[in-house]
Amino acid sequence: MSIGHTLLGLLESGPRHGYDLKRAFDEKFGHDRPLHYGQVYSTMSRLLKNGLVEVDGIEPGGGPERKRYAITEAGVTDVQQWLATPEKPEPYLQSTLYTKVVLALLTHRDAADILDTQRAEHLRMMRILTDRKRKGDLADQLICDHALFHLEADLRWLELTAARLDKLREAVVR
Amino acid sequence: MTPPGSLLTARDLRKAYGPTTALDGADFSVHPGEVVAVMGPSGSGKSTLLHCLAGIVTPDSGSITYDGRELTAMNDARRSALRRTDFGFVFQFGQLVPELTCAENVALPLRLNGTPRKEAAATALDFMRRLEVDDLAAKRPGEVSGGQGQRVAVARALVTTPRVLFADEPTGALDSLNGERVMELLTEAARATHAAVVLVTHEARVAAYSDREIVVRDGRSRDMERAV
Amino acid sequence: MSPRASHGTTWVQDLAMGARFAVTGGREGWVRTALTALGVGLGVALLLFATAVPGALDARSEREDGRSTYVTADTAADDTLLVSQNDSTYRDENVYGRLVRPEGPKALLPPGLSRLPGPGEMMVSPALAALLDTPEGERLLGPRLPYERVGTIAEPGLLGPDELAYWAGYDGLVGGQDYVARIKDFGEPQPLQPWDPVLLLLVLIVFIVLLLPVAVFVAAAVRFGGERRDRRLAALRLVGADAGTVRRVAAGEALGGALLGVLTGLALFFAGRPLAAAFPMVETGTFPSDIALGPVPALLVLVAVPPAAVAVTLLALRGVVIEPLGVVRTARPPRRRLWWRLLTPLAGLALLYPLIGQDDDEPFNQWQVTGGVVLLLIGVTALLPWLVERAVTRLGGGPVAWQLAVRRLQLSSGLAVRPVNGIAVAVAGAIALQSLFTGVQGDYTRRTGADLDRAQMQVLAPSQVEFSRMPAVTERIASARGVVRATSLGSTELGDRALDAQKYYRLTVGDCTALREIAELDSCADGDLFLLPPSADASDRNPEPGRKLYLDPAYEDDPDAGAAIPWTVPADVERVAARLDPTGNAGTGLLATPGALPEGTLKSVRSTTYVTLDETVPDVREHVRNAAARADPMLVPMSLTEYRTDDRFAAVERGLTIGSAAVLLLIGASLFVSQMEQLRERRKLLASLVAFGTRRRTLGLSVLWQTAVPIALGLALACLTGLALAAVLLRMVGRPVAFDWTSVAAMTGIGAGVVLLVTLLSLPPLWRMMRPDGLRTE
Repeated sequence: MSIGHTLLGLLESGPRHGYDLKRAFDEKFGHDRPLHYGQVYSTMSRLLKNGLVEVDGIEPGGGPERKRYAITEAGVTDVQQWLATPEKPEPYLQSTLYTKVVLALLTHRDAADILDTQRAEHLRMMRILTDRKRKGDLADQLICDHALFHLEADLRWLELTAARLDKLREAVVR
Repeated sequence: MTPPGSLLTARDLRKAYGPTTALDGADFSVHPGEVVAVMGPSGSGKSTLLHCLAGIVTPDSGSITYDGRELTAMNDARRSALRRTDFGFVFQFGQLVPELTCAENVALPLRLNGTPRKEAAATALDFMRRLEVDDLAAKRPGEVSGGQGQRVAVARALVTTPRVLFADEPTGALDSLNGERVMELLTEAARATHAAVVLVTHEARVAAYSDREIVVRDGRSRDMERAV
Repeated sequence: MSPRASHGTTWVQDLAMGARFAVTGGREGWVRTALTALGVGLGVALLLFATAVPGALDARSEREDGRSTYVTADTAADDTLLVSQNDSTYRDENVYGRLVRPEGPKALLPPGLSRLPGPGEMMVSPALAALLDTPEGERLLGPRLPYERVGTIAEPGLLGPDELAYWAGYDGLVGGQDYVARIKDFGEPQPLQPWDPVLLLLVLIVFIVLLLPVAVFVAAAVRFGGERRDRRLAALRLVGADAGTVRRVAAGEALGGALLGVLTGLALFFAGRPLAAAFPMVETGTFPSDIALGPVPALLVLVAVPPAAVAVTLLALRGVVIEPLGVVRTARPPRRRLWWRLLTPLAGLALLYPLIGQDDDEPFNQWQVTGGVVLLLIGVTALLPWLVERAVTRLGGGPVAWQLAVRRLQLSSGLAVRPVNGIAVAVAGAIALQSLFTGVQGDYTRRTGADLDRAQMQVLAPSQVEFSRMPAVTERIASARGVVRATSLGSTELGDRALDAQKYYRLTVGDCTALREIAELDSCADGDLFLLPPSADASDRNPEPGRKLYLDPAYEDDPDAGAAIPWTVPADVERVAARLDPTGNAGTGLLATPGALPEGTLKSVRSTTYVTLDETVPDVREHVRNAAARADPMLVPMSLTEYRTDDRFAAVERGLTIGSAAVLLLIGASLFVSQMEQLRERRKLLASLVAFGTRRRTLGLSVLWQTAVPIALGLALACLTGLALAAVLLRMVGRPVAFDWTSVAAMTGIGAGVVLLVTLLSLPPLWRMMRPDGLRTE
């Protein structure tokens, strides 16, 4: 999961302080793994270096957590690209996908689109695996089946999430 | 309007059963020899889409073109004739006539088309061989397993070498191993006869046997090809 | 699960559970129970009505006896009543009419009357009152009832609610005159002539033939919805019921349905009484209160139906194995065996055979007849499944519709045969009955010999209508609308002695035109006298010319002794050939023109007026009857008919017709229900067959074949059985064995027609079921 893209996405709704970013991140995505201040500091400086964010203002006292960051035009484009690109189908993808969906909802983008894109990509992968399975030996078949079952589970999650987008939007935007 | 090379195309189909809207502007197209999966949650209208495409149900509005002909303009007899000659069908279960033997069931569509008995029986056996159920020829549907029965049903659907095979949850009543076997044989046999397949399923692993996927939600279709 | 259940359940619990299922099985179970209850109920109601028929007839004849006038008195007293039978006919309906004159202040009161009608007054039945209030009744019936309506006849005085009846006061009645009875009490009828054995046999067979299909129908009704029930039982197996328990639950369910059916039947019986009473079983209608449960037979029906339902259910479950995961109909049921199936009809024949050659004046042993006929007819239901199974295994080939039908029959012929059983039994019985009817019909219908070209009516006049009045009476009748001609002949007796004559001779008086109706006359003028040849069987009944005879001879014990006017037969009396009169009778004795007899000699003369009608005039007979009544209320107009059918025979025939219609209707309904059920079972399959392009015609034809094949076999078997039964019955009553092929064809045709009709009726639902909705309902 890309912390950088996530923080960028959070900034899209308005400039924030470092500590504010951490709190927002923890609240929305970091239930089991809260972000360290160090992570915020290093990520933000990388983003600053790449020109994706800019410093909007500094409060007296110094330190990275005192800086107020704002997203740049390039930053918005970067978030857009990231959201639009399907993840490589792989196990334990949900946390990333979940983040993407929530961010899309937060930024009033079409979350259903993201899910559908992902779904198509998943099915493409499944087709490839199914085809490989058909032509391969038993070992291939078993390995492919393992992947297929996991992908199928993801796909079900995608479908379920798509069906519950409205509820999720309510919960997130609140 | 018809995409180039498309065999069966539907545009803006709408269909309501009383107050319930089943289709609300659905589009569809399939090319010769192409396997298209129609997916979507239950009640989304995917079966209705299939029924419309196959000419079983007439949509309230919209157009369906098959091989350059407008399906909605045909009368019931012509559509029935089309279903006998150009389309094949596989359903989830309960489609085999319990009194007829498996071989007679497979030969039934040919006989409906007026093929002589002997010739129909020979063709039926050939297709049963392709689906690896030729040993069940003399058995009745009640005496074979679910997977075998579905394979007999597939053989029956393909025996007339249809140009479009409609399969509505063909593996819905089977376990995954049997389901996969049915799908493998179905797609193989369909490819061998260059039949296009419209496959309605809610299972991703069944849909993975397709070339392309269409999702139906709330009566509206979404072509996943174009979404990527 | 409770620990008790693991030790198994008791019989009673299982039965109770089944009975509960019958009423609480969800919508589907409820519909099934309702169908069964309605089916059984209809059958039970019909059986109950059948048991009520004898009682209703008894109640009728009791009232008929109650108003009979056979207890006569010789002399007038202050309680005697003079009564004259004055029945009439209105179109096709009989009108019961009595004229009365009390001879004293304490005169008898007829049943149903609150008081005696005074002269010129009448009491009428409600039906007659209603009829007289219609313009037609007033115009066509009113003129012959010129009495003032002063009251209504109550139920005790009527045979039925529709009876047309009146009691009128007429002071022209004189004791001792023709048609006038002096009675001192009502009731005490002359003993009824007993039903003859052949007619009794007919009635018995009618009952069996009508009720047996009802029983078969009830058996079929118990099995309504059996397939769904089996699936429910499979679910019970899944939660741990064993095979025995499941059977008991099924039995309990059948019992529940049958009990509900019996209640429905009782309800239908009581609710349907007015309807049944309105059934024109008898012309006068039936009072609903007369239709009462025959206690013993009704009890038998009520007690027998539920256990029979259980037996049928258990029998039906024989070939079915209910597994936890579904119902397995043993893939290939054991081949049906022939021997025990043949046993039933053979046993029936064996029971009937000894009755052949029995003297048909002796009543037949009812139990033996019933047993034999029932066994023979039940034999049809036993043989038919075997026959169909045998026949369809040989069938094959043919178009798809035929193949579908034949294969279905091969796999489950029992299912297809069940609804046919009822029809087959009904047709077999009807054929036998019709043949028996035709065989004995001659005994009960006789030619009257009347020549309807010459006259269509005759009017009889009693002696108190004096002969001198007859020209005026005749004129009056002749002037009625639609009368072409009316001729009157008087008839009186000549005795060889003045008092208590040993020999009597007939003297017929009339003008030349009238005399020509009964004799071939070359020349005739007033004052002529003729002698007819004696009748073949009574050679001495012709007076020798020149012999002295007495006109209107007197009797010693008659207080109003005859006039006994001496008169000598002229020696030169002309002998002429007789001609049959319009009623087909040959006259004998002397013929005289009025001028040939001395003045004042014609006292006690009874007259007959032959009336020729213009039949194109509507209601011409009513005009004649009115004219006759206006001429004199004592005149009796009658229609001449070519044939005369015994009343009882006609009643039996009418009962058969009505009963057959009801039974066929019932069977048609059951056929329809089971057809619908079978179709609904296959809804999904039908829809998928349509999906891959099966023509409607193909499916419709396959349904038709599916019913037509067993029906054809069933009707063939029914013909065979019916003819065999007819042959035995005809031999029993000693008639030559001859069949009425037209009625055999008609009966078979009606049976086939019912099936065809049911199939046609089931086509619209079939089309509906073939719609893709069938694919949707998953």
